[in-house]
Order: sequence, then C-alpha cells, then structure tokens
Amino acid sequence: MNAETLATNGVVGESTPALLNVDGLTMRFGGIIALNNVSFTVQPHSITALIGPNGAGKTTVFNCVTGFYKATEGKLSLNAGGKQTDLRKVLGERFQWSDYVNPKAFGERLYYKAFGGSHRVALAGVARTFQNIRLFRELTVVENLLVAQHIHLDRNLIRGTLRTKGYRASERKALETAYHWLDVMNLTEDANRLAGELPYGNQRRLEIARAMCTEPKLICLDEPAAGLNPRETEDLSKLIRKLRDEHKVTVLLIEHDMGLVMSISEHIVVLDYGQVIACGSPKEIETNPKVLAAYLGTEAEEVVS
Amino acid sequence: MDFHILGQQLVNGLALGSIYGLIAVGYTMVYGIIGMINFAHGDVYMVSAYLTAICLAILSYFGMVSPFFLIVITLIVTVFFIALYGWSIERIAYKPLRNSPRLAPLISAIGVSLVLQNYVQVSQGAKTQAVPTILPGAFRFGTETEFIQITYIQVLLIIVSFISMAVLTYIIQKTSLGRQCRAVQQDAKMSAILGINTDRIISTVFIIGAAMAGIAGVLVTMNYGSFDFSVGFITGVKAFTAAVLGGIGSLPGAMLGGIILGMSESLFSGFVNTDYKDVFAFSLLVLVLIFRPSGLLGKPLVEKV
Amino acid sequence: MLFTNPNDPPILAALKDSLFVGLIAFLVFAPISGMVLDGYGFNSHLERPAIMAAIVFAGRFIYQFLAGTSFGKNLIAKFAASKAKPGVYVGQSDGLKYLKFILPVLFIACLILPFFLDKYWLSVATLAMIYVLLGLGLNIVVGLAGLLDLGFVAFYAVGAYTFALGSQYGIGFWTAIPLAAILAAMAGGILGFPVLRMHGDYLAIVTLGFGEIIRLILNNWMEVTGGPNGAPAPNPTFLGIEFSRTAKEGGVPYHEFFGVTYNPAAEYIFLYIVLFLVVSLMIFFFSRLRSMPMGRAWEALREDEIACRSLGLNHVMVKLSAFMMGAMTGGVAGVFFAAQQGFVNPTSFTFFESALILAIVVLGGMGSVVGVVLAALVLTILPETLRTFAEYRILIFGILMVGMMLWKPRGLIRIRRPYFSRGDSK
Repeated sequence: MNAETLATNGVVGESTPALLNVDGLTMRFGGIIALNNVSFTVQPHSITALIGPNGAGKTTVFNCVTGFYKATEGKLSLNAGGKQTDLRKVLGERFQWSDYVNPKAFGERLYYKAFGGSHRVALAGVARTFQNIRLFRELTVVENLLVAQHIHLDRNLIRGTLRTKGYRASERKALETAYHWLDVMNLTEDANRLAGELPYGNQRRLEIARAMCTEPKLICLDEPAAGLNPRETEDLSKLIRKLRDEHKVTVLLIEHDMGLVMSISEHIVVLDYGQVIACGSPKEIETNPKVLAAYLGTEAEEVVS
Repeated sequence: MDFHILGQQLVNGLALGSIYGLIAVGYTMVYGIIGMINFAHGDVYMVSAYLTAICLAILSYFGMVSPFFLIVITLIVTVFFIALYGWSIERIAYKPLRNSPRLAPLISAIGVSLVLQNYVQVSQGAKTQAVPTILPGAFRFGTETEFIQITYIQVLLIIVSFISMAVLTYIIQKTSLGRQCRAVQQDAKMSAILGINTDRIISTVFIIGAAMAGIAGVLVTMNYGSFDFSVGFITGVKAFTAAVLGGIGSLPGAMLGGIILGMSESLFSGFVNTDYKDVFAFSLLVLVLIFRPSGLLGKPLVEKV
Repeated sequence: MLFTNPNDPPILAALKDSLFVGLIAFLVFAPISGMVLDGYGFNSHLERPAIMAAIVFAGRFIYQFLAGTSFGKNLIAKFAASKAKPGVYVGQSDGLKYLKFILPVLFIACLILPFFLDKYWLSVATLAMIYVLLGLGLNIVVGLAGLLDLGFVAFYAVGAYTFALGSQYGIGFWTAIPLAAILAAMAGGILGFPVLRMHGDYLAIVTLGFGEIIRLILNNWMEVTGGPNGAPAPNPTFLGIEFSRTAKEGGVPYHEFFGVTYNPAAEYIFLYIVLFLVVSLMIFFFSRLRSMPMGRAWEALREDEIACRSLGLNHVMVKLSAFMMGAMTGGVAGVFFAAQQGFVNPTSFTFFESALILAIVVLGGMGSVVGVVLAALVLTILPETLRTFAEYRILIFGILMVGMMLWKPRGLIRIRRPYFSRGDSK
C-alpha cells in the first residue's frame, strides 16, 4: 500500500454520492448542547477520521450515527447498497402533528416505534466497535462471530432442533465466515477460548472481526488503537487499510493517535466543543490554525484517554 | 357524587399515600445509590410492624398507658431495631455482591425477602396479629349524617410522615453526610477517589431506608391495627410503584408518588371496586414504566454506550 | 471491627470480633423470635435468639480463628481461587464417556418408574417432573436471556386454568396442552412487548406485579374462575379412553377397553408417562437450543445488550422470544398440574411458587439444562422426605438463594460451551 493508491482510492470526485451524509446534527442532553449543527460527509471506500480534544463530542456523533442516541435535530442519511436510509427515522421518532392527518406517515412512524431501534441502523449497513470493548465475554470467540451473523442464519427452531440439511448448511457457512475473519484478524488460535479471556489487543481485533461479520458498508471504529502498543498500532493501521481495500468497506474512525490518523485517513473532520471546526485532507488539517489552537496544550490529556 | 365520600377517600388516600411515600424512600435511595431494587424492603417494613406490636406489648406489660409515651418509645425502639435489620441485611446479602453480575444482588434480595417472611412466620406463627387502639377518637367535619372523619392516628401519621421527610430532605440537602450521599449517587468511583467511604455511605442509605420503613410500620400498625407476615409483599410493590411514579432516585418524588398513588388507590376502591385495588396499583406501575419510566420528577436516563 | 485493636493477639481479636457479631445477632433475633405475640400480650422465648446468637458467635469465632492459622488461610485462598475461575469452560463433549449408554438407561428407568411407586410417591414424582418443566422454562428467561422474571407463576396459572376452565367448553387434555402453550405464550407476548424495552431491574418488578395481578383476578373474578374455591379439572383421557372405573356417557374406561383389571393409579401412571415424554422432549430441545442461533442470541443478549443491538439484533424481539418460550413451557406445565391435582385454585399460584422455580434455576446454575433438572428434582423431592422441615422450606430456599449468590453465583454445575472446529457442520 502506498500513497498513490490511497489517493486514487480515497479522494472521490464530487459527483459520486456520499455514503454517509450528516447534515446539521444537533444533540442536546437536557440543557447541555453536546453537538451543535455538525455536518460532514463520508465518501464511499474512504477512511475518514473524526478527531478532536476530549469531550469534543466525537463519541456522541458515533452514537447518533449508529443509532444509540436519538439526535435532537439534523439529518443522517446512509446511501449504501443502492438504498437510501434515513438513520433517524428507523429509530422510531416521536409522532409529529402532521402524522395524524397522514395515515401512511403515521403507520410508518408507528411501525418504527414498535420495531425500530438501533439494530435497524446495523441492518442498513453500519457496524461499530466500542471505546470500552463490548464483547460477549462468556461466549467463545467463534460464538461471538456467529451471533454477529444472526440475521443471515436459519433461525427456524424446528429445523434447528432437527438439524435439517438446510440448517446445517447455514451454520456451516456461518462458521466458515467466522473462521475467515479469524484468519484475517490473526485470531485463529483463540477460536475456542472465551472472549473475555483474550488479551486486550486480541479483544480489540475480535471486536472489529465481529463488526465485519455483519457485512457492513460502513464500519465505525471508536478509538481502535486505545491501549495498544506501537507495534500493535502499526498492525492495526495495516488492518484498517486492508479492510477498506480488500473487503470494500468504508471506515469512519475516532482516534487520538495522531500518527495513525494522519497516516491512514484521507479525510479528517475536527470537532471541538460539539462543532466542526475544520475538515479536509490530513495535510490541510495539519496546517489549519484553528485545529492547532484547539489542540495546543492538550497533549497530556491525550495520554490519559 | 357524594362529596363527603370523596373527601373521606381523599383523607384516607393522603394517610395511605404518606405511608407509601415513607417506604418508597428506601427504594428510591437504594436505587439511586447502587442501582438495585431492594426487594427485601417491603419485608423490612413488615418486620417493623411486628416490632411495633412487640414493643407495645412489652410496654403495656410494664403498665405504660400514656399514648404519648407509648408512641414515642415505640417509634424509637422500632426504628433502632429496624435500622439494625437494614444494616445487617446490607452487610450480609448485598455488600459482598457489589461487583457481581447484575442479577446476583437482585436474586440475593429476593432470598432475603423469603428469609424474612419465613423467619417471622416460623417465629410468630402465620396468624393475623393485632395491636390495641392507642389513640382513639377523631375529628369530624360536616353534618351529622354526611361527614368527613380524620382519626387522631391519621393526623399523627400524616404529621410524622411529613416531619420525617422534612428531616430527611434537610439531611440530604444540607449536611455533610447528605452531600456525601449525593456524591456517591452521582459517581461512586469518583467519590471513593475523593476519600468518601462509599461502603459506609451505602450502609447509611440502607439504614435510613429501613428507618423510614420502620416509622411507616409503626404508624400503619397503630392506624390499621392488624397485620400478618405477608403484608410486606404487596405494600412493598406499591411503595416501589410510588417511587417509580415520582421518579426513582428523587426524594420529593417518592413522597409525591406515594400521595398520588395513595389517593388514586383510595378513590378507586371507594368509587370503582375494592377487590381490584391492588390490580389497579400494579397496572399503574406497568403503565408508568411504559409511558414515563423517568417518573414525574426523575431525570430521563441516558444510556451509557 | 469495632472493639478490636491491632495489637491484640489473634485469638483475642477473633474473640472480640465474634462477640460483637454475636451481640448484633442477638439484637437482631431477639425481638422477633424471642418475644412471641399472643393477643395483645407476648410470651418470652429469649432462649431462641440466645441459641441462634451463640451459633453465630461460634461460627464466626471458628472462622476468625481458622482464618488466622495457615491451614485456614490456605483454605480461604483455595476457595477464592475457585470462585475466581470462570463458571464456564469450552469443551467438545460433556466429558462423560458413557453418556450414550447412560442416557437410554436413565430414560427407560424413568419411564417404568411409576409402576414401582405407590400413589403418594407417584404424585411426588409427577410434581418433580412438573418442576423440571417449570425450571427449564424459567431457565430460558433467567439463565439464558438474563431477564429476571418474578411472575413466572402467572403463565403456569394460565396453563392450569386453561385446562380447568376449558373443560367446561369441551376442551380435553390433549387439546389443552397446545392451547395452554399458545395462550401462555400470548400472555407472555402481551406483557413482554411493552415491558421488555425497560431497564432490566424494572422488568423484575413488573413481572412480579403481573404475577400478582393474575392471581388477584383468579381470586376475585368469581363468575369465571370460581374465585378462591377454584375450579375442577377433568381427568386426562387417551384417544377417548377414560381412566375412571365407570366411563361418562359414551366413553370407554380403559380396563374394559384393554380387558385388564381396574387400577385406580392408572390415570396417574399415564399422566406421569406423558409428562415424562414431554419433559424429555423439552430437555432435548433446550439442549440443542443453546447451540442454535436463537439460543446464542439470548446468551449474547445476557452478556451485552448494546453490543447485540450494534450487530443488528432486535433486542426486544430476542427478549420477547425468550420470554414467550419460557411462558409457553410454564403453560404446558400448568396443564399437567391441573390434571394431576384434578382441581385448581389461586393458592397454588402465589409468589412463593415463582420464588421456588427461581431457586431451582439459581441452584441449577443459570443456563445449564442438567443443573436445572437436578435442582428441580432435589428441591421437590428433598422436602418430601424431610417433612419435619416443611415449615422451614421457604426459609431454606431463601438462604439458598443468598448463599448461592455469595459463593457460587453461576450455580453448582460448570457450564460447557460448544467447541467449534473449522469446517464443523454439526
């Protein structure tokens, strides 16, 4: 992987529609404004980084994008697999007055209120990892990956109990996929250990593998390098590139490790106090005075987080 | 509608509601501080009813007849012993489980609840117990045939409940102990780092909760006169309903929720159906949890991702 | 501790500490067990709290004393180590080589068991089987999906009353089983759908309330349920053949049909065998379930709900499926209970029943099928053999629950997770 291929892969012309479009995203918790009118786009097959000092609202953006928070205002749309998804609607929003005169809108809203939720965002093609790793600790590594493929599996209870041919084929396929990702992530040795027993670095990789098993279009990595040593970080950056290049997935990541961010991302969005203060290529960001101002004197904090 | 009946039900409801409020304090404070429903709390209240009866029996054995001294001494003795119960239960059944999986303390609490009920049943027998009327008489308002009656005990009950709540609110808002309690409620780990003995604070909260339930036990026993080993169950669930209704974690909410529940239950049994008054209270609990889980005065919960 | 001093020799420190604990114990026990209410007066039984306090004192002293010696320290360290070990391991088989032979033998032994039991023990065995079924059902909800359901008895009641009340409308034993399963699952669905979005602990109290609502309705709705007097449940039949001495109009009693002598226990033997077959089927189903997508999803949900959602699992639906599956099992158990008792009333469906079922799941190890079966057998058969302790049954269950949570929160049996090797098709 070299700089040229990155450039050709990453910088996509204005004409192609963005994979993720965040427009005017605002999030309030009570009186606190966590995000204020945040807008940015993520181009298909790019690696986009979201950076900013601690408390800038990066994880809040992630939580809104992945459907764990219901945004107060703004538009979030995902354009994946030839399908446009409104990431706010699928969460089941409050009823609007206009719904009461429009039965179709009412029905739709009611449907999403009853059956919607953050899982719909995942189904639309957004997978994520968590800052504080969230594995199924008492399940084995393989099982973690099988759960991630749940929606693609044969879930019929009767076929499962009788272990019919179709069911076995579906399970076999899932197991193959699981082992494929274990190979990619270099975790094959750990396949039958409990996820909670793995060393920290392996847990991080397992979480990425698990997210990839859902066959996402966009993968959101929340501080994937946190707690990793320099060598592991180096491996991680290779891995992220590999995900994008070989597995055709778009990456959005939050990271504090500037070395990693600058080396792998094509597009950087800088947040501070819940607002986008800059966005552009790594070069542009490096020299942006606003960004420098926001980061000055925050070195110590970076280490803590 | 007969206004004197309405008034009478409201008066009864107020008395009942202040009791629910007092017991709800135990649920709401414990939930606020360690995020656990103390299922044994209703049974702590039940034990205090027995303590009241025993104390009254001993005092009358020694020839005490003055209502004032009977009430004051019973209150003090019962509160002392029930606080001891609260402390011991926390020490034995909850403290060792501070860092266990979520279900462990809940199941342990159910175990404690069973132990308390059966312990009382085995020791005291399954029969319904009664105490003599200590403070006969009532205020009457209205005409000879249509009147609202407030017994002296009901007056006492309402006054004592409000004084207890006022004192507790003062302790929580103004004293160092209260500040520590609130700090632990906000962030137990940070409080511990700042040198607050969180274990001691949690114990204190259990003692306060038990003491309030003890006061409720004394007042209810003197008011209604009869009880058995199983009263804790239903009263406990209703007091919990009051806590949820008012917003769990909020002290004024507990009192408000208690009074609303007490009055609406009283009106329901007065005007609709007595047999189904418990069903009414439980249904209220379910409805509140579905439509307004943060209660009337509680803060909405933001899920930590 | 309060009165100890760091300079005390260990034995004195232990003594002081134990005295303090003993004193607290005495104060706690004294009023309730020492002063027994008798009308408005009381009888003093202070010897009872004194004995209990003495036991506490002695226990504490021995513990403190042992903890000071190297032997005791070793013991404590060993215990701590065993507690720190995860209650889960990954393995290819159950580790029992002869399982293939043991299972069929056990199956046949259980199947012919009723022919060797008298009527009383037959009813105990039937009841034990009913609790196995209930335990398996609740185990899905609590053990696998991690949802604390304290109103499980409500679904049991739905099943029992479906059979008892349905018989008035011509619903027989065989129709009642699937009907009860469906009705109980529906009740679970209706309750679960709004409730399962809630934070875990709220679920516990709502289900507790729901269990109580069902009981209160059964108790108060005289016209339909018969109120506190209950309702009779008919005898089970087999292909229209009855088990009574003389059949109802148009029916044929079994002894005439088969030309054998009449045995009044036949009905119960028949019921036991049907029940045992149902239980076996359920055990088979549940043990497979754990390695099926549904079972995995339940366990994943117990481990981390947020992660589940991030993977596209609809957490409400996954919970609901567990809840309904548990309810369904409870409903089926209810039919057998009604058939066995010949009569149902609300006193069989109190919170204590829910607590007993929960105790079975807790003791058996949350999530373990074998553990739950064993626990159900132990907790139903043991109290029958120790009738003198009947009074203390609930006390013992309570202590058991607290003790298990303190020392063995994952149950007595270690849980095995399936081993998947590459290319495994199972």
